[in-house]
Amino acid sequence: MAATKMAPRSPIARDRLVTAGGLAAIAAAGAIGLVLFPNDLGFLTRVLATALLVLSLDLVTGYCGVATLGHAALFGGGAYASGMLAAHGGIQDPLVLLAAGLAGGLVTGLVSGLVILRATGLPQLVLSIAVVQLASALANKLSGWTGGSDGLSGISPGPLFGRFAFDLWGQTGYLLGVALLLVVFAALRALVLSPFGLLCRGIREDVIRVGALGARVRPALVAMYGISGAVAGLGGALSAVTTGVVGLDSLSFERSASALVMLVFGGAGSLGGALVGTVVFQVFEHAVSAANPFHWLTLVGLLLIAVVLFLPRGLQALPARLAGLVRRRAAPARGGA
Amino acid sequence: MELLRVEALTLAFGGLRVAREISLALASGDRLALIGPNGAGKTTFVNLVTGQLAPDAGRIVLAGEDVTRMAVAARVRRGLVRTFQISRLFRDMSVRDNVLLAILQREGRTARAIRHAATDRTLVAEADAHLERLGLGEVAGDRVGAIAYGQQRLVEIAIAVALRPKVLLLDEPAAGVSRAEQPRIVAALAALPPDIAVLMIEHDMDLVLRLARRVVVLAAGALVFDGSPEAVVSDPGVRAAYLGSYGT
Ligand SMILES: Nc1ncnc2c1ncn2[C@@H]1O[C@H](COP(=O)(O)OP(=O)(O)OP(=O)(O)O)[C@@H](O)[C@H]1O
Ligand SMILES: [Mg+2]
Repeated sequence: MAATKMAPRSPIARDRLVTAGGLAAIAAAGAIGLVLFPNDLGFLTRVLATALLVLSLDLVTGYCGVATLGHAALFGGGAYASGMLAAHGGIQDPLVLLAAGLAGGLVTGLVSGLVILRATGLPQLVLSIAVVQLASALANKLSGWTGGSDGLSGISPGPLFGRFAFDLWGQTGYLLGVALLLVVFAALRALVLSPFGLLCRGIREDVIRVGALGARVRPALVAMYGISGAVAGLGGALSAVTTGVVGLDSLSFERSASALVMLVFGGAGSLGGALVGTVVFQVFEHAVSAANPFHWLTLVGLLLIAVVLFLPRGLQALPARLAGLVRRRAAPARGGA
Repeated sequence: MELLRVEALTLAFGGLRVAREISLALASGDRLALIGPNGAGKTTFVNLVTGQLAPDAGRIVLAGEDVTRMAVAARVRRGLVRTFQISRLFRDMSVRDNVLLAILQREGRTARAIRHAATDRTLVAEADAHLERLGLGEVAGDRVGAIAYGQQRLVEIAIAVALRPKVLLLDEPAAGVSRAEQPRIVAALAALPPDIAVLMIEHDMDLVLRLARRVVVLAAGALVFDGSPEAVVSDPGVRAAYLGSYGT
C-alpha cells in the first residue's frame, strides 16, 4: 500500500517529477562544468546561449511542427537589441540588457512568425531562410547602429547585482547562463504541459483535427513564435553580455541550420532532447576539432548520421531504446513467437 | 426548432459533380441517416457543411445564422461538430489528452499557458467519463497510436460528444469497429442530449434502423430519397440508384 502511495500516479505528479529531474540535471551539469573545466567557461557559456536558441527552436519546430531554417534571426534580434542598448544607450546593468534581449527577441519572433506562418511546408522553409537572410542584410546595412561586418563592440556590462564582475575567467557569465537556463527550462516545462502547450502539440500532429475542435491555429502559432523569440532573444543577450560583442554570425543562416541539427540530434519535441542535443553536439565538436583538426568535420558528420539512422527520435530516445534492448535480451525464449 | 438548413448546395471537382443542389434541413431532436453508394458524395457533403470545402453555390444556415463563408473552427464553436470517416486523432498524445484537449477548447481555455492541462479535475473527470462510457477506460493513459483501430474509432466519437454539439455529423462512425463494440456506439449516441440534431452516414442498415428515424439517400451527388427507414428499403428509386451506381 505504502509503495503505491509513494509512486506518482497522476500525470501532473509524473510531469512534475520530470521537471524536477531536468532542473537537477542542469544544476549538476552546471556544477561539473564549473569545477572540472574552469578554463573552458567561455566556451561553456556559448553552449548555454546556444541551448537557449535550440530550446526556442524546439518550441516552434518540435512542439508546433513549423519548419524553419531562419531561427537565428530571433537570437540575433535579442543580441543586437541588448548590444545596441549597451553600446549606444550606455546601459550597463546586465539584467536590463537581458530584458532588452528578451524584448528584442519577442518582437523579432512575432514579426518573423507573421511572415513565415503565411506558408506551410517547403514554401515555409524558404520563407524562413529569406527572413534570416534579410535580417542579416539589414544588420549589415545599418552599420552605424550595428557595426556591420566588423561587429558591434563597446558592450561593457557592469557587475551583476552590483557585485559580481564579468571577469576574464567568465565565472559570472557562466553562472548567469546556468541560472537563466534553469529559469527558462522550468518556465517552458510549464508552458508545454499547459492547455496551450497541448493545443500546440495538437497543431503539430493534425491541423485539420485541431480546426475540427474549434481552435484557431494561426493565432496560437504566432503567440508561440513570440514566446520562442523571447527565449532565443535571451540567448542572444546572454551571448552579447558575456562576450561583449555581437557579430553578423549571430543571425546567420549557418547558426539557424546548426540549431536545427542540434535539435534533431537531441530529439525535437522534447525540452530535454534539445538540451542534450546542444551540449553533446557542441562538446563533441569542440573536443574532436581540438584533437583532430583535419578530420573533425567528418567525425561530426558520421556521428550525426549514426544518430539519425539509429535514433530517429534523437538522443533523448536512447534510454528507452536501451531498456528495450535489455528487455529483449532478458526474454529471448519468446523471440520466435 | 430548425438547427441546420442547407440550400441548393453545389460542388464540382473539375467535371465531376459531387453535390447537385442538395437541400436539407435538420431540426432539434432529428436523428437522420445519410446513405448512398460508395463515391456518392456523402463525405463531400459533410466537408461542405463543416467548411472543409467551399461550395460553388448554395447556402448553409446554422441555427439561423448564415455560415456559408465562415471558417471551419468558427462553425465548430457555434456547435457544428463532425467525426471523420478515417480517424483523425493526435496519435502521439494519450487517449485521455485527446478528449481533454477537446474539452479545454470547448471551455475556451486553450490560451492558458501556465498551469498543467490536467489541473482542473472536473474536466479530467469528464474526459474519463466519456471514455468510460465507450469502454475506453482501460486505455485512457495509452498513446492513441498504440491502441487498436476499432478503439480509435470510438475515441473519435468521444471527442465529438465532448464538444457538446448542437448539430453532430457522423461520417461512418461504425466503420472499422468490431461487431462486439458496436453496441457501445449505439449507447454513446443514445446518451446524447435529445434536443441536438444528428446526421449519420452509415452503410450498416442494422445500425441505421436502430438509430435513425429518417433516412436520406444520396446518389451521384443528388438527394434521391427522404423518408422513413422502413420505406427506404423498398423504394424503387433508391434501389435503382444503388444498382445504377454499381452497374456502370
Ligand atoms: N478532393 C477531391 N478532389 C477530387 N475528387 C474528389 C475529392 N474528394 C472526393 N472526390 C471524389 O468525389 C466523389 C465523392 O467522394 P466522397 O468521398 O464524398 O464519397 P462518399 O459518398 O463519402 O463515398 P464512401 O462511401 O466511399 O465514403 C468520389 O468520386 C471521389 O473520388
Ligand atoms: Mg465517405
